[in-house]
Amino acid sequence: MAFVDSLGSALERAPGGGIVLTSIDALMDWSRGHSLWAMPMGTACCAMELIAASFSKFDFDRLGTFPRPDPRHVDVMVVAGTVTTKMAPAVKRLWEQMPDPKWCIAMGNCAVSGGIFYYDSYSVVRGVDEFLPVDVYICGCPPRPESLMDAVIQLRARIATESIGSTTEHRAKYILPFDADPSQGGGGE
Amino acid sequence: MTLTVESRQRVTDARGSAIDELVVNVGPSHPSTHGVCRVIAHLEGEIVTKADPVIGYLHRGIEKMAENRTYLQVVPLTDRLDYVGSMYANWAYCRSVERLAGITVPERAEYLRVITCELQRIASHMMAIGSSAADTGASTMFLYAFEVRERIIEMFEELCGSRLTYNYVRPGGVSFDLPEGWVDLCRTFCEGLTDKLAEMDRLFFGNVITRGRMKGVGVLSAEDAVGWGASGPVARGSGVDWDLRKDDAYSVYPRFDFEVPLGDAGDCYDRARVRLFESYESGTIVMQALEQMEPGPVNAPVSRLIAPRAGEAYDHIESARGSLGVYLVSDGSPRPYRMKVRSPAFCNLALLKVLAPGHTLSDLVVILGSLDPVFGEVDR
Ligand code: SF4
Repeated sequence: MAFVDSLGSALERAPGGGIVLTSIDALMDWSRGHSLWAMPMGTACCAMELIAASFSKFDFDRLGTFPRPDPRHVDVMVVAGTVTTKMAPAVKRLWEQMPDPKWCIAMGNCAVSGGIFYYDSYSVVRGVDEFLPVDVYICGCPPRPESLMDAVIQLRARIATESIGSTTEHRAKYILPFDADPSQGGGGE
Repeated sequence: MTLTVESRQRVTDARGSAIDELVVNVGPSHPSTHGVCRVIAHLEGEIVTKADPVIGYLHRGIEKMAENRTYLQVVPLTDRLDYVGSMYANWAYCRSVERLAGITVPERAEYLRVITCELQRIASHMMAIGSSAADTGASTMFLYAFEVRERIIEMFEELCGSRLTYNYVRPGGVSFDLPEGWVDLCRTFCEGLTDKLAEMDRLFFGNVITRGRMKGVGVLSAEDAVGWGASGPVARGSGVDWDLRKDDAYSVYPRFDFEVPLGDAGDCYDRARVRLFESYESGTIVMQALEQMEPGPVNAPVSRLIAPRAGEAYDHIESARGSLGVYLVSDGSPRPYRMKVRSPAFCNLALLKVLAPGHTLSDLVVILGSLDPVFGEVDR
């Protein structure tokens, strides 16, 4: 995406480039927003609703969202479930493996804030936004599959406001708030 | 974090000649580990020589948190233990509390517990069968299984307002009586269940690819099953006749007429098929319970702040994964002094070490799926 980004800033400076840029933006946003492949980062109970959302009856495939458990192929990471301090480095590493542009949906109270484990758990990260730039939060314990579909639609609306000319620097640097070595993929032997 | 090669080291075999060993890290986020499990697999060619499950990626400290909550407040925490079958942990915990505090449960509440838990067993087994099918590449089967599961979840939603975390079984009974029309809904479901299961049996278990992938893979002997503390369909798949509903009959189970399906080969195929037959038996239990149930209260008058005697209590039930027990220690205060969950998924997962060596890496995934671990319960 580096090429597209530099193209954006070049167009911005060029005379009359603004018109070209907006048309390209409209095309890019439309195509990005309507084919959001999701990385199902299901860690706990909410993952069940994530599965339910992608199967018959709900089927969020009709929004163009397709679960693809491979970080290299996806646009949006759906963090569904509790992220513990042991799991967080792995989540972060997967996020870093995703190609730009990428978005993040925090599904469920645990991913939003730690949820039921907020007050007195010693091992739960209080919300994935401590180390990931979250775009859409869905509350609920667990949220209904419809909420997830709504989140995808909201994310699409958000993508529609983005421009390839504007850089997404706010996403660039996030550090883990606790002492863990991301290269290890978290704990283990 | 899909398959990554961690190291390539030269090791020697028993005869001293060098062999190439490859250490492959599977997980902790991998579509076929059924949650956040990491398996460190040592490979020789494609054959697994050693598989070490690394757990703890979902350790949320539920047992410790229970010490800061009143007895009633712990019930929602137990929902999050086994999130594929939340009713069980509710029930096991409530039985311990009832034993500790000497609470008698009304009969109708016992029936409602049996009905919901047997439905939950079907839902949970559908998830297990569906995901083992997906592990062997048969994703269509997952959709069939999920359709059944979804209908049960809808019934639960009507009953207690939640799709996954029910908080339905409470100390002293259950939270709500059946809503209007629920009995008919449930009856219709159970009547249609047999056909659905027979269809799945033909579609999946009769399939030649399934047989090829699952028969003879991960054979667990009855001795090993007992020795490693396996329970539930994992033990019964190997022919161990151990079902707490029969062998330590609790609640109103002695009043029902049902079979305990047993496998004989102890391979992945038998473990999965035992789950299918168990779902059928659960359907018959639900039908009988609906017949026998009498109107009455669904909750014993229990104080909001239960402060049982100082002492300890252990009670267990047969969950979809095996014998699920909750051990409670009380010091006479309104909060548990200690809660310990005996988790069947944890004990069953330990078998991966025994079963995986000698099989290929793709079979490792099938074996892990057939053990049906739920990591909320493994890590707690
Ligand atoms: S938000 Fe609730 S349902 Fe979701 S992972 Fe957390 S505890 Fe489980």
